[in-house]
Amino acid sequence: MSSMINRTVENVTQWVDDRAPGLKGAYNKHIGQYYTPKNFNIWYYFGSLALLVLVNQIVTGIWLTMNYKPSAAEAFASVEYIMRDVPWGWLIRYMHSTGASLFFVVVYLHMFRGLIYGSSQKPRELVWVIGVAIFLVLMAEAFLGYVLPWGQMSYHGAQVIINLFGAVPFIGNELTEWIRGDYLVSDATLNRFFALHVIALPLVLLLLVVLHLGALHEVGSNNPDGVDIKKMKGPDGKPLDGIPFHPYYTVKDLFGAGVFLTIAAFIVFFAPTFGDLFLEYDNFVPANPMVTPDHIKPVWYFTPYYAMLRAVPDKLFGVIVMGGAVLILFLLPWLDRSSVRSIRYRGPLTKLLITIFVVAFISLAWLGLQPGSEMQTLMARIFTVYYFAFFLLMPLWSQWDSTRAVPERVTTHD
Amino acid sequence: MANQDVDTGRRRFLTVTTAVVGGAGAIMAAVPFISSWQPSARAELAGAPTTESIGKLEPGQRLTVTWRGQPVFIIRRTPQQLELLASPNDRLKDFDSANPEQQPEYAKNSYRSVKPEYLVLVGLCTHLGCVPLFKPEVQAEPFDADWKGGFYCPCHNSRFDLAGRVYQGVPAPTNLKVPPYRFVDDSTLIIGVDPQGAA
Repeated sequence: MSSMINRTVENVTQWVDDRAPGLKGAYNKHIGQYYTPKNFNIWYYFGSLALLVLVNQIVTGIWLTMNYKPSAAEAFASVEYIMRDVPWGWLIRYMHSTGASLFFVVVYLHMFRGLIYGSSQKPRELVWVIGVAIFLVLMAEAFLGYVLPWGQMSYHGAQVIINLFGAVPFIGNELTEWIRGDYLVSDATLNRFFALHVIALPLVLLLLVVLHLGALHEVGSNNPDGVDIKKMKGPDGKPLDGIPFHPYYTVKDLFGAGVFLTIAAFIVFFAPTFGDLFLEYDNFVPANPMVTPDHIKPVWYFTPYYAMLRAVPDKLFGVIVMGGAVLILFLLPWLDRSSVRSIRYRGPLTKLLITIFVVAFISLAWLGLQPGSEMQTLMARIFTVYYFAFFLLMPLWSQWDSTRAVPERVTTHD
Repeated sequence: MANQDVDTGRRRFLTVTTAVVGGAGAIMAAVPFISSWQPSARAELAGAPTTESIGKLEPGQRLTVTWRGQPVFIIRRTPQQLELLASPNDRLKDFDSANPEQQPEYAKNSYRSVKPEYLVLVGLCTHLGCVPLFKPEVQAEPFDADWKGGFYCPCHNSRFDLAGRVYQGVPAPTNLKVPPYRFVDDSTLIIGVDPQGAA
């Protein structure tokens, strides 16, 4: 019996291989024979977890569109309908809303990993640049999605974000009108945001993810030691410190996925609003263009940039600062002039500056959630200046800082 | 065929002309897709003028109406309030309403209105379009210890006086917008059209 199954599998494999010989090569290049450094640590879970969340967003998203109505008159009620009357609708919706926040948790950690291990350095610049593009599209996707439930925060959040484009000189007004398709955020806006959220941006996102992985697999993965494993090859031509992605990292990533899904399930079941952070109270009130909620704040993952916007007492300059804070990430591969990749072999200056950067970024995220008193505005200004100084002065401090010799091979080899 | 010399000049000419014609076609084809995002005929129709009765508005009161889906504030100011507005105030960024975008010519005065008593404003903060709160009382407020009455935007702390003029040092760049409007009689006004003869 089992030999018959084996024979069938072999025959089918052969049949496919005869007709599409490239498939086996692609599998080997990206999974079966993709040699990955053997010293990956916990930071290396977040790439595959981002992919897992993306799949979750696509599947739950498709199911949500089956009952959601993208019209100003019906959107809010249709979301409540999903929550109350659609079988398991509440679960699918909470999986989607929780997934959105966890997407950013995972992506921020993934980006931080790249920062501390110098993963953007040559030859992985393209991997990093495509990654930042993914981050940018993800932000747009998340913003569009947040508008769809058509609650108060959806509406006024959309109002605020679209008006950011009004800061563009000369054509600002026309530009905002063009984005809204009306003189105010309205049914036309909601309908097009729905189209962009469920079709346009997911397609772009998927394409970018394929390019991100493709670019990565051309140059190979970095690792916590920042050692180039391709330099030390065994007699078989395989990197001495490399192991095939499958089965080693597929199994490791499965374990990570298990832990991650446990945490995610806990949030979905017990804390889906996450104390006003993942879903805001004001968004459980239907959109009303005539009344702005007392305290407008974006979802937590936008608040660092929102705090920067608020810190600047000038509209155009504020928008430039906010946009610049994201766009400056594109330049990281060229700002980092250190001769070593990993923070493990960099000096105390780098460690200190990165620690302050983390404090500044988290503080900005917190400040963006606050009403913005004078003291808070002052703090936001200080941290904003630090954020930019960290990147703009990186060519200097990354070179000045002392380094230790990087070993030939990863630190945990046999 | 294979033996003939390749006419590279002809080949380049064909490549360039194909690219130019194809590119022009692609740009032309993009026009309907981009223009399709403009406000539709239905949205434009909904932007028609609106007539409001203000006979019951007492001094100091505010009425919020809708025009083009935007909130429009109609405020009947008290004599004390009007007095405060006329006296120069260097805490305001554009005291003289110098920015022509923010009000029609006939509202370019100390009160930013056709009749000093009645203020008509688009109730959207010029920073990012939140609806400012109406705080007419002259009293110390959490956001301003020396508050003279006006509008306060809860989104990013922008402040405006009772003529919608923006304070210094807040994110809003300009005064609140005065829409075109016309009085039909003492208790009726139309928002969305200029006064007769003022257009």
